[in-house]
Amino acid sequence: MALDQSFVGRSYPPTAPYEVGREKIREFAEAVGDTNPAYADRAAAQALGHPDVIAPPTFVFAITFKAAGDVVHDPELGLDYSRVVHGDQKFAYSRPVHAGDLLSVTSTIEGIKSLAGNDIIDVRGEVHDENGEHVVTAWTKLVSRAAEGA
Amino acid sequence: MATTIKYADVEVGTELPAQTFPVTRATLVQYAGASGDFNPIHWNEKFAVEVGLPDVIAHGMFTMAEAIRVVTDWVGDPAAVVEYGVRFTKPVVVPNDDKGAEIEVSAKVAAKLDDSRVRVDLVATSAGQKVLGMSRAVVQLV
Repeated sequence: MALDQSFVGRSYPPTAPYEVGREKIREFAEAVGDTNPAYADRAAAQALGHPDVIAPPTFVFAITFKAAGDVVHDPELGLDYSRVVHGDQKFAYSRPVHAGDLLSVTSTIEGIKSLAGNDIIDVRGEVHDENGEHVVTAWTKLVSRAAEGA
Repeated sequence: MATTIKYADVEVGTELPAQTFPVTRATLVQYAGASGDFNPIHWNEKFAVEVGLPDVIAHGMFTMAEAIRVVTDWVGDPAAVVEYGVRFTKPVVVPNDDKGAEIEVSAKVAAKLDDSRVRVDLVATSAGQKVLGMSRAVVQLV
């Protein structure tokens, strides 16, 4: 069933602030096998001009995807989440995420399409810090695959 | 920001050192925990097959995270990556054995932009198939 086009342009309220933890960044960097000292060693990050350890470029997805999840789980939208796969992902940074940041995400539905029975939804997440400054924008394309025989 | 690569030293076509990243079931479990993405298609073979996949597959975001390491290792300061986008074209299938799968990543400078920025285009393959499409990063150099 085609999704309701009237959801295009809809924005959702900012999420509760997420506090970026130094150990969480370390855990993420270890999980992807990345030994760059800027992720684990505060002094090394500061030597590069950062206030604290910084997060790898894709770390923030955990925060923006959770925010996008609130959107795609909106019962009024009616997306079949069990059939959702990740289509595209993009980030554009104003500055890197670092430990101690308090980040909140404002999600907006940028587009809804139906293509060969697949529902495709584009969500833009604007991430701001506790001072209201822009940190990163994340664009997430989710595809709800057509059910077999549909 | 303090990158080790200088804008003036980079030419269109400059190749970044290619890398190969291993991925096993254990890697995926660790990434699930670190990222909070516990979708069973990334650890439960029975579930993956039931939803039409050939086997357990790697998180697309895991592949995206590995691929950009070719850029962050090259440039030194990960903060130099100011834009990064990919399309997930094929899944990385991860068999339940000691070997798992490999993700091979190459990259080259595709364009020199204003303000000492360059566009780097990445190619990521696994088992001979391209797993990321339109994979591009904009990197701030000095």
